Amino acid sequence: MSEVWKMIGTYAIVFSVGGALCAVAEILIVRTKLTPARILVLFLITGIVLEGIGVYDAIFKVCQAGVSVPIVGFGAALAKGSIAAAKTYGFIGAFAGGLIRTAFGIGTAIVMSYIVTLVFSPKTK
Amino acid sequence: MSEKTNAVKQRNDRYNKYVNTVTPKTSLAKAMWHSFWIGGLTCVIGQGIGDIVKAIAPTMATDTVANITSMILVSVAILFTGLGFYDVIARQGGAGSFLPITGFANAMASASMEFKTEGLIFGTSAKLFTVVGPVVVNGVVWSTVAGLLNLWIMGM
Repeated sequence: MSEVWKMIGTYAIVFSVGGALCAVAEILIVRTKLTPARILVLFLITGIVLEGIGVYDAIFKVCQAGVSVPIVGFGAALAKGSIAAAKTYGFIGAFAGGLIRTAFGIGTAIVMSYIVTLVFSPKTK
Repeated sequence: MSEKTNAVKQRNDRYNKYVNTVTPKTSLAKAMWHSFWIGGLTCVIGQGIGDIVKAIAPTMATDTVANITSMILVSVAILFTGLGFYDVIARQGGAGSFLPITGFANAMASASMEFKTEGLIFGTSAKLFTVVGPVVVNGVVWSTVAGLLNLWIMGM
């Protein structure tokens, strides 16, 4: 029974943290006229900094998908890959590590986008 | 002369008042609530996919589970974009629909589909990164800096 409650707790945290991040981004759009692309880059760099200073893992342990599904998690994965590859290959690894670690997602996105484009046509509005 | 400018001013005032009455009021609280629940729900779905993958293959490495989760999320988001469902979510969701990784995938797929008319090479292939380019470029640049800094600090 306690297992079930633990899971409900985790999902509640995931929902509220993920939602809160998006709500903050929404405030930035409405109040500051920042374009979505700039906000994405802002959150991305936040993720890279969090991973760079080594606090992301502690946050992830509590918030799980609430922090890894938003673009913050993408930034953290890039930085994690770069730091890990720099340790393995020396300084040349820092240039490749980020892409190696995130290649699963990016590769899927490129291939799927291409296939979807071949199959569907954009709806005329 | 001054009477004329006065009349113009009054007309402009009236017009501005009219514009204010017809512009739809965007309530911040409402927009935040929509972003909150759509973004939160996307994260919950991501967590659910991860838990299901872990339940199917308990011995799988955590990193592999995370990779498979993001691959599934990205694929579903792109499929939804193709079918036109994602537009419906995005109209309501605001930041809740573009901040998660699904929004990244949607941005790629919609750019790719939008430029289909210009051909597969100069349209789709060339314009695929028009929206997400800044994210990929900044991501690679700053993560490289993070990796180099980390190496440099460790070396000291």
